[in-house]
Amino acid sequence: MKRESLHYSKEHEWVALEGDIATIGITHYAQEQLGEITYLELPEAGDTFEKMARVGTIESVKTVSDLFTPVGGEIVELNPAVMDRIAGEENADFRPENLNKDPYGDGWIMKVRISSAEDMKDLLNYKDYMAMIGEEA
Amino acid sequence: MLIFEKSSPGRTGYSLPELDVPDIPLADMMPGDMIDQEGKHLPEVSELEVIRHYTKLSQKNFSVDTHFYPLGSCTMKYNPKINEEVAALPGFTDLHPYQSEGSIQGALELLYSLEQFFCELTGMDRFTLQPAAGAHGELTALLMAKAYFNHKKEKRSIILVPDSAHGTNPASAAMVGFTVVQVKSNEKGNVDLADLERLLTPDVACLMMTNPNTLGLFEVDILRISSMVHEKGSLLYYDGANLNATLGKVRPGDMGFDMMHINPHKTFSTPHGGGGPGAGPVGARGELVKFLPTPLVNHDESKKLYSLHFDEPLSIGRMKAFYGNFLVLVKAFAYIISLGKEGLLDVAHLSVLNANYLMKALSKSFHLPYDRTCMHEFVLSIRDWKDKGIRALDVAKRLLDYGFHAPTVYFPLIVEEAVMVEPTETESKETLDDFVQALICIREEILNEPEVVHDAPHKMPVKRLDDVVAARKPVLHWESEEL
Amino acid sequence: MKYTPHTEADIAAMLSFLEKSSLDDLFADIPCDAICNKEMNLPPSLSEMEVRRRCEELAGKNVRHRSSFLGAGAYRHFIPSAVKTITSRSEFYTAYTPYQGEASQGTLQAIFEFQSFICLLTGMDVANASLYDGSTAVAEAATLAMSETRRKKLIVSKSLHPEYREVLSTYLGTGGKAEVLPLPYRDGAVDLESLKSLVDKDTAAVIVQNPNFFGVMEPLQDIAAIAKGVGALSILVIAEPYSLGILKAPGNLGVDIAVGECQSFGIPQSFGGPYLGFMAAQGRYMRRIPGRLCGKTVDRDGQEGFVLTLQAREQHIRRDKASSNICSNEALCALAATVHLSLMGRKGLREVAEQNIRKAHYALEKISAVNGFSRKFSSPFFNEFVIQCPHDASKLTAMLDEQGIAAGLHLGRFYPDLSNCLLFCVTEMTTREEIDRLTAVLSGLSAAVRV
Repeated sequence: MKRESLHYSKEHEWVALEGDIATIGITHYAQEQLGEITYLELPEAGDTFEKMARVGTIESVKTVSDLFTPVGGEIVELNPAVMDRIAGEENADFRPENLNKDPYGDGWIMKVRISSAEDMKDLLNYKDYMAMIGEEA
Repeated sequence: MLIFEKSSPGRTGYSLPELDVPDIPLADMMPGDMIDQEGKHLPEVSELEVIRHYTKLSQKNFSVDTHFYPLGSCTMKYNPKINEEVAALPGFTDLHPYQSEGSIQGALELLYSLEQFFCELTGMDRFTLQPAAGAHGELTALLMAKAYFNHKKEKRSIILVPDSAHGTNPASAAMVGFTVVQVKSNEKGNVDLADLERLLTPDVACLMMTNPNTLGLFEVDILRISSMVHEKGSLLYYDGANLNATLGKVRPGDMGFDMMHINPHKTFSTPHGGGGPGAGPVGARGELVKFLPTPLVNHDESKKLYSLHFDEPLSIGRMKAFYGNFLVLVKAFAYIISLGKEGLLDVAHLSVLNANYLMKALSKSFHLPYDRTCMHEFVLSIRDWKDKGIRALDVAKRLLDYGFHAPTVYFPLIVEEAVMVEPTETESKETLDDFVQALICIREEILNEPEVVHDAPHKMPVKRLDDVVAARKPVLHWESEEL
Repeated sequence: MKYTPHTEADIAAMLSFLEKSSLDDLFADIPCDAICNKEMNLPPSLSEMEVRRRCEELAGKNVRHRSSFLGAGAYRHFIPSAVKTITSRSEFYTAYTPYQGEASQGTLQAIFEFQSFICLLTGMDVANASLYDGSTAVAEAATLAMSETRRKKLIVSKSLHPEYREVLSTYLGTGGKAEVLPLPYRDGAVDLESLKSLVDKDTAAVIVQNPNFFGVMEPLQDIAAIAKGVGALSILVIAEPYSLGILKAPGNLGVDIAVGECQSFGIPQSFGGPYLGFMAAQGRYMRRIPGRLCGKTVDRDGQEGFVLTLQAREQHIRRDKASSNICSNEALCALAATVHLSLMGRKGLREVAEQNIRKAHYALEKISAVNGFSRKFSSPFFNEFVIQCPHDASKLTAMLDEQGIAAGLHLGRFYPDLSNCLLFCVTEMTTREEIDRLTAVLSGLSAAVRV
């Protein structure tokens, strides 16, 4: 994912839209603030949410942070690499560190079939997001 | 090596008398399919192996008896040995909680006396000694607050906590189903009265505070805060974690608090035990007394009898089976009668003296976010050395190499790279001076060879532990390779 | 006795350094006129000798019965002397919570071993570092089940310890947070037919005790299966863990969560506390378990070490989003249990359990042979059993008390329908002589009481 072409939420999540499927993850800034990510509490495929609903959490060694969906819609896929258990069994390929090492690539979290393209309008572009974290930093 | 890895089939570390009743087969007494034929794979080791194993483990620990532990908010004072001795008296340890009242008069008298002491020291009317820990006490008081407002037919769903509050405060409130709202602290480190005023709606059940607060600073406006809270019909709760600073000098009841908990394992010298057991006695005043958990211990002067009192229709019920962590309470009792009036009044004076002495000695070398007289603890910030890649955690780890347990780090959350220091009153001036020297040396190291601090500790039984892999791939128990 | 080292000279030097003239100056912040305590009514300090004397006096006012048949959640078991040797080591008991792992490897490894023992005993995949006691462990497990299933009904056996049920009820509070349905017993055990009719798709958990409050062994596998059938969790409560010396591990019988009390392992009866709660569960609940967890890890040199882990579940990180507020637990008691279980070992656990059940059956046989006394429940039992007495069981216990015998618990205290029943507990500490003496005394008394 090219950072410049992505959209961003104020909660430091990125959105990549292809057709009506939005792929969502957290930004480099977010993973830096969180520290080493250890676990994610995730929704299930098939769940639907409103825009900005809290869908889960992201845990690091020292903190826990809410995971939101910046766009409303139905969860269609979750990245198996960020799930510690799949179908009730331990996942040997659980790689929460992907969010730290490759937040825009292998660290993607979930894909949402968006219910309304309108939701994208409230998101920031790359320039504005960088300005926002520039302020915070 | 784990004890399980030292096992050798057939070794034993125990002995029992021969069975003196008929040796009936198990299958004659219970269904065959309930019997575990194989048995549990507990280790098989000799007594010497057990003693050596755990003795060597103990030698890997820091402890108050071996090291200075200036942990803010924990009050790691010396644990008097007479307390251990009396808590081990068979007349206490061998009592069954359901023995007849006539056969437990000594235990009941001790609990009653202890309650009286707590009331005298805090200005509360009655105490329950049942809760097993401070957090358990908080939960108790919040359940009481909920019952109190239910009884008054008032719907109040909010608990206010300062942004500097200990995590158990909001966690306890959430367990009871309250919504937690944070009150800001002002630049002096005290509760911001304007913010409090704004947040004190009729929906607020209780403001939970500690005084001095978690920054070690006395809430100078406490009387004003108390009237603001009570004017709205809300309750004021005292988290007793910092009672050491004002013990006997200022009583929570006199400051306007309605309920409180005590941490005997902090203020009253009962040992921390590596994480417990503690206790969490809860005190209440006025109308709230009726809601305390049962049983309470009552005293009939005329008959000179102590009894367990259960009949309280408005009581929230029971927080724990039986009566509380009795042997822990015995230690608190022994401590109180040992120190007596004079000794107890010394606690506040000397703990505050030690903390201020330490704070001033460190103020030249470290950043103090709040430059005012502290109470029994104070907060430093290590944020100045972020550019050298050094954080509070690194300083904490390097202190271990100097033979000191680190102070509390990263609490309270409102101070960046916080280091909270509480020396307690049982430490000597020499120990404090040594601690200051160690920190000054570490500061030098930060400026001249930061890697030494960054990679600390170097002299402990283990080097810096990897808590990332422990959380990503948790291994939480031993598993035999054979299984 | 004072424990503060400050001499006059020390205080003077420190005040001088602080540029203050008196200790009271340090409290200038406090509006003393308004709130300082004027007079405190406390006794004068005592020397160590006097403290000892006073405590011995109080301990002496308690009665240690020559023989005791009390159980009901607090058990008299043999504790090898080596347990105390280890728990009295001040490196253990004056240590703090092991947040700084490098300074606490002793405590941490002991916790890891405790967790391992609990997993071995219960057949579960994960166990925490302890909870306050059995009763609060039940409340925590119920909370876990409700949040896991997102359901609000709890089916709770009436043969679960009455005080544990009271605590659960207090924790659940008022306000529609949960609905508790009592599960009746038949012949002292859970009535499976009732259970089948009570469970439905709104059931979060079925909570039973084994052996139950009456000492009776419950049909665990059936209970777990019925719960699972509606997607509810099965929560097993164990108040007498020595039963695991002969009973199968609940984790292997389909039980989801096992909680309870480990006081039987190395902790004296202590007038009710401090005790040792535990929680163990199937692997899928690992991240939902409250309380501290100790995990194995490595240090930066690759050396094995232990550390508190998954702390992001706990109150100091999650604050109002934590599932439990627990902070301090029963660490030193867990150490006692760990050392105790290491000493007793595989063979000792079994031998103690077998002595308990055999002595209890001997006692039952002898007591029920006394005129007027009969076995109340025919269900199988471990080391406790219920005896139906000729009327006025409470008068009987008072008379036994006078003879230096702590009788079985009078069940009328908790169960109106069992008002003339006593719950007797017999352990490896009870000698045949004691049982025979009890029987003889009962024979004598039953004549006197039955008027």
